[in-house]
Amino acid sequence: MTTQAQIEKLRKQYPESRSAVLPALRLAQEEHGGWLPPNALRAVADALDATPAYCLSIASFYDQFRLEPVGQHLVEVCTNVSCALSGAQQVVEAFERELGIAAGSTSPDGAFTLGTVECLGGCGWATVVAVDNRHRLRVQADDVAGIVEELTGA
Amino acid sequence: MPERPQIVFAGTNGGAVTEIAEYEAGGGFAALRKARTMAPDEVIAELEASGLRGRGGAFFPTGRKWAFVPKPDQLPKPHYLVVNADESEPGTFKDREIMLRVPFRFLEGCLIAAHAISSQHVFVYIRGEYEQEFEVLRDSLDAIRKAHLLDGVTVVLHRGAGAYICGEETALLESLEGKRGQPRTKPPFPAIAGLYAAPTAVNNVESIATVAPVLEMGAEEYAKLGVENSTGTRVFSLSGDVVNPGNYELPHGITLRELVYDVGGGVPGGRDLKAIIPGGSSTPVLTAAEIDTPLDFTSLVQAGSSIGSAGVIVIDDRCCMVQLGIRVSQFYEHESCGKCTPCRVGTRWLTQILQKIEEGRASQPDLDLLLSVCDRILGKCLCPLGDSDAIAVLSYVDRFRDEFQAHVDLGRCPFGGGSSLEGILAPSAMHDRHAPRTTRVPA
Repeated sequence: MTTQAQIEKLRKQYPESRSAVLPALRLAQEEHGGWLPPNALRAVADALDATPAYCLSIASFYDQFRLEPVGQHLVEVCTNVSCALSGAQQVVEAFERELGIAAGSTSPDGAFTLGTVECLGGCGWATVVAVDNRHRLRVQADDVAGIVEELTGA
Repeated sequence: MPERPQIVFAGTNGGAVTEIAEYEAGGGFAALRKARTMAPDEVIAELEASGLRGRGGAFFPTGRKWAFVPKPDQLPKPHYLVVNADESEPGTFKDREIMLRVPFRFLEGCLIAAHAISSQHVFVYIRGEYEQEFEVLRDSLDAIRKAHLLDGVTVVLHRGAGAYICGEETALLESLEGKRGQPRTKPPFPAIAGLYAAPTAVNNVESIATVAPVLEMGAEEYAKLGVENSTGTRVFSLSGDVVNPGNYELPHGITLRELVYDVGGGVPGGRDLKAIIPGGSSTPVLTAAEIDTPLDFTSLVQAGSSIGSAGVIVIDDRCCMVQLGIRVSQFYEHESCGKCTPCRVGTRWLTQILQKIEEGRASQPDLDLLLSVCDRILGKCLCPLGDSDAIAVLSYVDRFRDEFQAHVDLGRCPFGGGSSLEGILAPSAMHDRHAPRTTRVPA
């Protein structure tokens, strides 16, 4: 099913088609390698009878939408209070060392984007690391080399 | 060890019930069948009698909330049930475990609640970061559909996309309508003009997951659990400096000491307890001396705090409270939707003043300024986001005034780089690395 057709199906779930903008942007982002280039915003706008500017205003509000290219793997470390108390900063720094990039940036070969995020809702299983939006729980600095190896090998 | 009655997690034996046959064999959907033989008002009356109050943080009586929704003949528009599964309050991680372990009890509660408010349309607004939880709910919903239990009700699982503010009910409704998640003015309240300006009840996941058990066991039995004004059990999320973090379903009214020490195993490494945040990062901090405070609505109000979302964060003596203030403030600054000026500007200002104190650049008037900015946020915005930051920071200063004063007097952090939060990189600060700030705190 094309993205257009999937969005058509999505909008029928709602009394007003504009409600489908979040799921539609999510679909478009998945289709475009994890970010929303201008043509993706255009496509969503056309499918929902909105404008690209409207879609941009939505995409820029929500953290999970990205308006710049991201690496093949997206690594996000929660640094909110409970994770921070459990060693999240050491986990961040271990990823920075292993990947050779600072948090908030993408590796030159486009393989990894590394960042910190606000609370992922896993405080009791700290530190939580989202790898490509899947949560790894109880991550410690010592685990980081293994995670990076697993991702580069895959 | 305190008693551990299992209501929300009944029948799971510590695991998950994700097969519909297993759930039905354990008595599942009996409450739904019973509810559908009852008039909506009878269901509402049962919930009112149970004393169940909202588990999202506001603690509003669930039955009364439903009673506020006009009857279809009073307001002939579609009625909506919206479930707030946008769990994002730091320290809180109970709703995701409920959705993973008892998805059918949760969805059964949705259908009973829909019946109670005469709604044919349920929207579950689930946090965008919850991938696995979404998949479990989607599969469970498919099973319910195939078992012909929906009875004409549509249930839509709507995924958020990363915005704490969407946990605020009117921001959530805006987001569900395809807009930026910015809170609305109230009144009108959602019960009258909610989703698509139609009558809407907005309930938390844990509240909804408690509805079927209340009907099964009866309001009277349920109300015997817990304490006055706080009946029933609560899924407490325990995290931070504690030996056994995790979610624990316990009756309201157990003390912090029972939760942290008897259930949670105490503070690791023989270190000393310093502080406890009892209900998510928005609630005022308590000191170690307040460890015997019972965890119920009234007791926490009397202690000057709040039960909030029951996300209990344990903090040991390594933590600098100014650094805690910075990290909490950075969160609210990051999540402010920008609609109200006191919140948009104030949360950022609080972060900056706290950083000045932490770095030893502050003088006495900066402490006064900090409190003054809190005062200028409190009660001046459409929603409680800015208030949460101000309330949290005020409580750190109130309970740990000497520590704040020491930063000013010494001209440095008294922890000398040894605090457990030292150097923690918040997302808002990460962005600053690439684009340095130009605004400054006025001298």
